[in-house]
Amino acid sequence: MSSEQAATLYFLLSSFGGFVSTETIIWLIPLPPALAFFLIVLFTNRNKALSHMVAVGAALLSWLGSMIVFARALGVEHLGERPFTSSMNWLAMGDTWFRVGVLVDPLTALMLFFVSWTVLMIFIYSIGYHNFGQPEGDHDHKGLPPHGATIEEHGRKHVVPSVEPMYSRFFAFIGLFAFGMFTLVVSDNLLTLFIGWEIMGLCSYLLIGFWYGKKSARDAAVKAFMTTRIGDVFMLLGIAYLYSVTGTLSFREIFTETTLHTLQMIPSGALGFSTAGLIGLLLFIGTVGKSAQFPLHVWLPDAMEGPTPVSAMIHAATMVSAGVYTVIRMFPLLSLDAQTMSVVAFIGAFTALFAATIALAQNDIKRVLAYSTISQLGFMIAALGIGAYVAAVFHLITHAFFKALLFLGSGSVIHGMEHGAYHTGDHKVDPQDMFNMGGLKNKMPITFWTFLIGGFALSGFPIVTAGFWSKDEILADAFAHNLPVFITLAIAAFLTAFYTMRQITLTFLGEPRTEEARRAHETPWTMTFPLLVLSVLAIGYGWVGIPENFPILGGLFPNWLHEFVGETLAERPEAVEFNFVPLLTSLVVALGGLGLGYLTYRNVNSSAEDKLQLGFLKNKYYVDEIYNAVFINPAIWFADKVVYQIMDKGFIDGILHLFGPGTQGIGDGIRNYFDLPFINRFLGDGSANVTYFSGEKLRVIQTGRIQQYLMFALILFLVIGAILYFFIFSA
Amino acid sequence: MVPLSWYLIFSAALFSIGLFGALSRRNLVAILLGIELMLNSVNVNLVAFWRYGDVTNITGQVFTIIVFAVAAAEVAVGLALVISVYRKRNTVIADEIDMLKF
Amino acid sequence: MTIDKIIFLIVAAVTLIAALRVVTTGNLIHAAFWLIATLFGVAVIFAVLHASFLAVVQVVVYIGAIAILFIFAVMLTRKDMRDQGPQLNRNWGFGALLAALAFVGLALLVHGWSGVTKTASAFPSGFDAVSALGNALVSPDAYVLPFEVASVLLVAALVGAVYVAYNRK
Repeated sequence: MSSEQAATLYFLLSSFGGFVSTETIIWLIPLPPALAFFLIVLFTNRNKALSHMVAVGAALLSWLGSMIVFARALGVEHLGERPFTSSMNWLAMGDTWFRVGVLVDPLTALMLFFVSWTVLMIFIYSIGYHNFGQPEGDHDHKGLPPHGATIEEHGRKHVVPSVEPMYSRFFAFIGLFAFGMFTLVVSDNLLTLFIGWEIMGLCSYLLIGFWYGKKSARDAAVKAFMTTRIGDVFMLLGIAYLYSVTGTLSFREIFTETTLHTLQMIPSGALGFSTAGLIGLLLFIGTVGKSAQFPLHVWLPDAMEGPTPVSAMIHAATMVSAGVYTVIRMFPLLSLDAQTMSVVAFIGAFTALFAATIALAQNDIKRVLAYSTISQLGFMIAALGIGAYVAAVFHLITHAFFKALLFLGSGSVIHGMEHGAYHTGDHKVDPQDMFNMGGLKNKMPITFWTFLIGGFALSGFPIVTAGFWSKDEILADAFAHNLPVFITLAIAAFLTAFYTMRQITLTFLGEPRTEEARRAHETPWTMTFPLLVLSVLAIGYGWVGIPENFPILGGLFPNWLHEFVGETLAERPEAVEFNFVPLLTSLVVALGGLGLGYLTYRNVNSSAEDKLQLGFLKNKYYVDEIYNAVFINPAIWFADKVVYQIMDKGFIDGILHLFGPGTQGIGDGIRNYFDLPFINRFLGDGSANVTYFSGEKLRVIQTGRIQQYLMFALILFLVIGAILYFFIFSA
Repeated sequence: MVPLSWYLIFSAALFSIGLFGALSRRNLVAILLGIELMLNSVNVNLVAFWRYGDVTNITGQVFTIIVFAVAAAEVAVGLALVISVYRKRNTVIADEIDMLKF
Repeated sequence: MTIDKIIFLIVAAVTLIAALRVVTTGNLIHAAFWLIATLFGVAVIFAVLHASFLAVVQVVVYIGAIAILFIFAVMLTRKDMRDQGPQLNRNWGFGALLAALAFVGLALLVHGWSGVTKTASAFPSGFDAVSALGNALVSPDAYVLPFEVASVLLVAALVGAVYVAYNRK
């Protein structure tokens, strides 16, 4: 858009609600989705239309708030030094308080931008994905995916997709999730960040296991939660360590010269890391869990069990990005220790290559994208590890857009395939297997073109797509600083382009391989509209970050992103010197990978013909099996044998079994030796017997004869009289 | 000049005889006879004490009059009871009227 | 041994013997008659003690009414003629013992009293015991209340006796 248009939009957005301060708006951004969650859970659960209106309305409000804040943030000079902040006391801790607060510096502003767009698009997409407006299924159960409804039309019966039975619940959960993400993004301290982190972890569990009737979904949810939990524990340790050393968790207070210097200087006593390094490492382990880096990557492919909007949102655009965001945010701390940075770089680069190789052999359309996500996150982490701050931020944002686009596109494809399955009536065909697809280009054109744009962006197709600019910048930085990382990332980029083209070729190009693919057709506007919006962003966003010294195009647009984001750090990072090698490399790997992928796969029609279906690749290098054998089965064995059998049943129950008979023995003893003979017989029966006996013996006095009574009275009278006379009256 | 003690001994003896009669006689009416003797001995005692004390204090005789009245009333009621018991139980032997025994 | 003492001794002996016969006679009618004798003796004692009014009242009320009442009662309850024959119950020995003990006790009490050997003072001349008695019985400062209560008692006894002995056939 022209600069006048930009200025007008900026003016409108920033003056909109001009009577409300920016800080207030920032506080309010996370709230509409949370409110939506409560409203849907408490009130609108039964009404599908109302639920999605509440949810989408909330996402719209948050989007609006984010856009206003973004527009205002753009207008502030040197936002990095004077960010919008606001905080308040929350929990009293003896003398001090834990605070909650918001912070909008350039990084946060950009995060708000892409998070709000992707969240809104995914919310809208979910309406169509869950088949709103369709009839209820024939035998749909809550907890299982919908199976289709039979309707009569023109005298013929045919099966149509049915609406999801747990429709409102889905929107409630993604509302809660959006709340968590926004909280994490706007927070100004590690505590609130961690709170948002954990909320998203919970929602990830709830949403992966959304179709809880399927055992695979349940297991995947537990796996996701457990694996990320491992990371979270270390992260919490890091936070606690940081708090104990510095006494604060607020970013602005930690990233001061003196604090950072102190942290760098104090050795932590572990493996030569400084305190800063150890804290950074611990926090990084949290990211390894949340952003699915090796070795905690195992949960993300299984998380594809959830509905596709979930995969798009959580595992492409937002939640996994939260891990990278944390590393970016803590970059000033991490960069103090060279050892930590090398650990980060190594894990990032290794994961990038590792996941890319696995993606080559996957047949499920979503699995390919899952491994692709892991790989791309590796790119970002590696970039941070070598110090390429701006490049990592850039790639984070572009990746969010094109990965969300790809996932939503895959969901659209799956919907189309399922539609075909309803027509044929065959339920054994897997609608997600790429080898059952083919030729969908003509059947689902909008999906095809948007998916193509996304795929090209992922591969780094030159100039046009945003992915090219961000990936190229990473490669350039890597070439300048760390050659092994550069080589690894270049190979991974090549593989990325290759498997992406494989995916596109098998899914869209060629001829339909099954009847279902032949009968597929385009999905409704609620699903294709978000695809279109995201593809625009996937292309357009790249142009804000064109390096200044790029041949021809560089200098035409200022490298706004570099200026803007670079201010977040205390020292502005330098732009890398232009070098032809990384540029050439990225061109070669992108175009070469795409071309090779197309040529190899345009004639492959089944998995038997696919030469890359190698065992160890298909089975993900057997990492899951190794974890099962090394960690999970021993833990189960330990829980069963040691804790349950020996400690609980043997020891504790044994003690109780001692108590039981012991108490019983005591009870019996008391009963037999005290209660029965003494209380019952001696006291109880005894007193009764004494009374009876004495009564029996004494009653003979009562003869009924008054003369005897008179005599008794007289005797007693005489006795008493004698006593009185002799002892009292004459004494 | 009869000493007072003679009257008192006399009344004591009369009382004891009456007591013996009340305790040892079989017939109900005879028991009442014994009681009458005891009351008479009391009267003798009272009058003796009046005479041998301040004669102008007529309290002794008043008391005796009252005892007369009480004795008469008691005999009347008592004999009515005996007659009633006789009608019911057809006996006047004290030992046979033992319904209130254990 | 003055004449007073002799008279007293004779009267006392008669009275006591009569009393003994009252409690030991087999025949109840005889017992009633012996009771009359005893009551007469007591009346004489009253006369000796200058309680002339009481002597007359004794004769009239006790002998004239009460003793007659006894005879009536004996007659009304003699259907099986068991008012003759041995009249002492099983425990008569114990009763005799008690009576003897009572007498001994009373005698001891009498002897323990200091004024026991007192002799009678002279009867004041001009003192009308009867009118004094009459005044005492109706004077509000004296004993009118017990007198009236005694009359109430007699009424109650009257009504009670009639009711108890009432023959409902």
